[in-house]
Amino acid sequence: MIRVENLWKSFGGQEVLRGVSFEVQPGEFMALIGSSGGGKSLLLKLLVGLLKPDRGRIWVAGKDAAALSRSEMELLRSRIGFVFQGGALFDSMTVYDNVAFPLREKTFLDEKDICRKVMRQLELVGLRDAGHKYPAQLSGGMLKRVALARALVRDPEIVLFDEPTTGLDPVVSRAVLDLFGSVHRRLKLTGILVSHEIPRIFEIVQKVAILHEGRIIAVESPSRLCALPDPMVQQFVNGKSSADNRHLEGVAGLK
Amino acid sequence: MGACLTAEVGRLGKTGLFLGQTLLYCVTPPVKGERVLRQTWFIGWKSMLVIVLTGTFTGMVVALQGFPTLRRVGSEGLLGPMVSLSLICELGPVLTALMVTGRAGSAIAAEIGIMRTTEQIDALELMGLNPLRYVVVPNVLASLLALPVLTLVFDVIGIFGGYLVGVRLLGLNGGTYFGEMSNYAEMKDILGGIYKALTFGLLIGWVCCYKGYHSRFGAEGVSTATTQAVVNASVLILVGDYLVTSLVF
Repeated sequence: MIRVENLWKSFGGQEVLRGVSFEVQPGEFMALIGSSGGGKSLLLKLLVGLLKPDRGRIWVAGKDAAALSRSEMELLRSRIGFVFQGGALFDSMTVYDNVAFPLREKTFLDEKDICRKVMRQLELVGLRDAGHKYPAQLSGGMLKRVALARALVRDPEIVLFDEPTTGLDPVVSRAVLDLFGSVHRRLKLTGILVSHEIPRIFEIVQKVAILHEGRIIAVESPSRLCALPDPMVQQFVNGKSSADNRHLEGVAGLK
Repeated sequence: MGACLTAEVGRLGKTGLFLGQTLLYCVTPPVKGERVLRQTWFIGWKSMLVIVLTGTFTGMVVALQGFPTLRRVGSEGLLGPMVSLSLICELGPVLTALMVTGRAGSAIAAEIGIMRTTEQIDALELMGLNPLRYVVVPNVLASLLALPVLTLVFDVIGIFGGYLVGVRLLGLNGGTYFGEMSNYAEMKDILGGIYKALTFGLLIGWVCCYKGYHSRFGAEGVSTATTQAVVNASVLILVGDYLVTSLVF
């Protein structure tokens, strides 16, 4: 469903992605982890054509995303839902209008059908009664759930999540991730989840890719990843660098 | 030096391309009519109070300063033409444009800048919508529609302000004030003022949208974009004023 081959991207002479390759099968949910500023969000933006790669190929639903015309890309994007880090909801619209917006703008559905679809999505994310509220009146967790409802309202085959739990407390973060997992299982979507919520995300994804210094250093199922002896992989899996470990040992007086 | 020049030319090219695309989308469907109306209300109607106040006091000041000078040369009867021509040809379009830049242009730049930093513009693009059509074109069209109307309001109110000072305060005959005005102010003066207002409307929409659209990320990025939008648009209005004056009048 998604295949990335030898992808390169640089900004101002600094190479951020240096030959990234991976594949996501239809119906598969993959987590993409790595250090902050390592190019994970950039990779998602390259997948949906918001940015063009310097080199390499991106295949999404059988199309070479980097070589599509504007209208072809538009068509491809209609099959993809994207949940942004901050939600990217339109402040001037209510929750209901935010979710209805893609349908009003890009389909010929009448208002009755739009209402039915919007309410179904809001119910799916547990916000049936929040339709009249504005984004500024929502909590962080509710914002992410509305963003998911908007991303799903056009029945996409692929959903990309860009650090959807950033800024949420552990309880809400867990609830949001559980929601993403259950939506994925119920709708059989193909997805990529960029997140730092390790090991929570291991419960909802089928495989995990680690992006380090511009390259994918491992793509494995969560259980196999945890068993890999590679110290770099273990740093990401345990969420601690060796420097952190030394610091913590020092703080605890274990030196 | 060479790299700096190349970067500057590149930036100018980008700005020109932005204007070219915006103008193309202004005249080709689909145009978001509802958003154009909403922005016209925001730029036009919500600027009305400040335009009325500015127009009134500008007309009053022109009359107050002009009357003694005209009396010195025995031409106080020309106060009406002096006030009206100053307002119609120059002060009306320029001050209206500067006021709209400060009130609405800054808000447009900040709103689009925030949409950029909160990824709302990326979200539009991912929904298959062209952000230029959805965000920029309505503001440019609204600015083009609102500026001539606001300028005419400014002119009329300013002439009334001049009447208050010249006739009510300084004792000039009301018939003389308005009668002489029709002898001197011609249709080409009014049209010239409207051409200026249209030019300034385009400049405000273009510059403020461009700065917001290309805002850097974060609060500092948005504040810089807003400041640059107001300063650049204000300077361009004065430069444009000279150019249109030299072409039209």
